[in-house]
Amino acid sequence: MKIQFQLNGKPVQAEIQPDTILLDLVRKMGCKSVKRGCETSNCGLCTVWMDEKPVLSCSVLAARAEGRRITTLEGLEKEAQEAGRYLAEEGGEQCGFCSPGFLMNVLAMERELDSPDEEEIKEYLAGNLCRCSGYMSQLRAVKRYLNRRKEG
Amino acid sequence: MIQAKEYVRPSSLEEAYQLCRRRSSVVAGGMMWLKMENIQKQTIIDLSGLGLAGIEEDEEQFRIGAMTTLRMLETHPGLNQEFDGIFRECTRHIVGVQFRNGATVGGSIYGRFGFSDILTCLLALDAYVELYYGGVMPLAQFAAIPRSITERNILVRILIKKDGRRAAYRTVRRASTDFPLLACCVAKKGGQWQISLGARPQRAKAVVISENEESCGAEGWEEQEAIRIAKEGVKAFSFGSNLRGSGEYRRVLAELLIRRLARQLQGQGEAGSGMGSGREQSKNGTMTESDQSRKEDNRR
Ligand SMILES: Cc1cc2nc3c(=O)[nH]c(=O)nc-3n(C[C@H](O)[C@H](O)[C@H](O)COP(=O)(O)OP(=O)(O)OC[C@H]3O[C@@H](n4cnc5c(N)ncnc54)[C@H](O)[C@@H]3O)c2cc1C
Ligand code: FES
Ligand code: FES
Repeated sequence: MKIQFQLNGKPVQAEIQPDTILLDLVRKMGCKSVKRGCETSNCGLCTVWMDEKPVLSCSVLAARAEGRRITTLEGLEKEAQEAGRYLAEEGGEQCGFCSPGFLMNVLAMERELDSPDEEEIKEYLAGNLCRCSGYMSQLRAVKRYLNRRKEG
Repeated sequence: MIQAKEYVRPSSLEEAYQLCRRRSSVVAGGMMWLKMENIQKQTIIDLSGLGLAGIEEDEEQFRIGAMTTLRMLETHPGLNQEFDGIFRECTRHIVGVQFRNGATVGGSIYGRFGFSDILTCLLALDAYVELYYGGVMPLAQFAAIPRSITERNILVRILIKKDGRRAAYRTVRRASTDFPLLACCVAKKGGQWQISLGARPQRAKAVVISENEESCGAEGWEEQEAIRIAKEGVKAFSFGSNLRGSGEYRRVLAELLIRRLARQLQGQGEAGSGMGSGREQSKNGTMTESDQSRKEDNRR
């Protein structure tokens, strides 16, 4: 079957199977930042936005993308680079496998929450697992990133 | 992984229902659970074209469409205002924001999972389910029916009356986004306490206990009443063991949770406390086990 949707701002068409998963489709279409880190809807590595809301692309049928706006890290290059720089500086990027999904959720949080405190940040990002960092460096990076205008 | 040969997004409930009567089909809510099941089907029926993702509120009730996501429950001001923030409290520990933007209330209730926070919460509110075939029935009745009997139907909405009840919710989890080890919701309406316990680890159910009016007013009576309700309450439930904890441990925790939630509700009085208290409750609403033992230590 054929579907049409927006991928990172551009209208696209794709030929899919009825049971194709969104994660596999966007990877096939070149968005290799999207990773699969688990089989149980649990790790957050596959996070993409559907109409600006962060979702787990491993658990969404590609057919549901019809008519929707799908955004991956490839579509947020500038922001992703800036946030990624804080992550690297704070040592929050070890193997880096979790970073794209993590950044997608950080950028979604920045849009959804107004000056979140530490508890709110932790709660929003709790669904992004990382095997390497222990989360402290990530938390420091996120706080600095959110305060970057003050930091100058 | 779920496999299917055909994908259909019906534009009417009747069409969805007719399709779902076939054994070779499967209804998709948020897909979060389904996608893990190793099944092969002819047809996936996607309910996302029926306008069922949304919460309607009027003077008397809330009507929650089956495709409403857990995140929508979590962030809905009206629902959280009416029920003291418990919708935020019962959803916020479920995996992560991205997950809750996908998982639906329909899938959660239809699945009737033993660990379900959502089922535990809604049972304390005397909610109703609206089924396409069979109409409206009390959630308690629906929750008690084995899945095999209610198979091949469509859950359309959840209905919750605004009956002025106050409610409070808490869980114990081994880690903050894990399945609950125990889930507890206590509600108070007039002279009636309603207690719902889930993840025992069996499916949630609720019991009603009447307030002891005679004790009213004596010194320290509120604490005494909370202790009594908790003791009476746990007697009405059975508790089992699994990897997360033993039945005996659950029973002890249940009594403690009921007592605390009852105290919390007594503190709030009967009417309008709203979002403010909901937020406060939720900031420290869930105990992890270490919090809990710390608190107990402080008392000694
Ligand atoms: C890793 C993981 C962790 C979880 N942790 C928790 C937790 O801590 N607490 C908690 O409460 N829940 C938890 N859940 C359950 C979750 O919140 C949802 O309840 C679950 O995913 C089902 O919702 P869904 O929308 O994804 O339904 P689906 O997976 O789409 O469907 C579930 C079942 O319901 C049927 N169905 C769905 N919608 C309808 C409908 N409208 N009418 C008829 N049948 C329907 C489907 O055919 C299927 O059999 C967890 C789930 C996962 C996968
Ligand atoms: S791949 Fe782990 S949540 Fe999607
Ligand atoms: S840096 Fe390796 S998983 Fe997060």
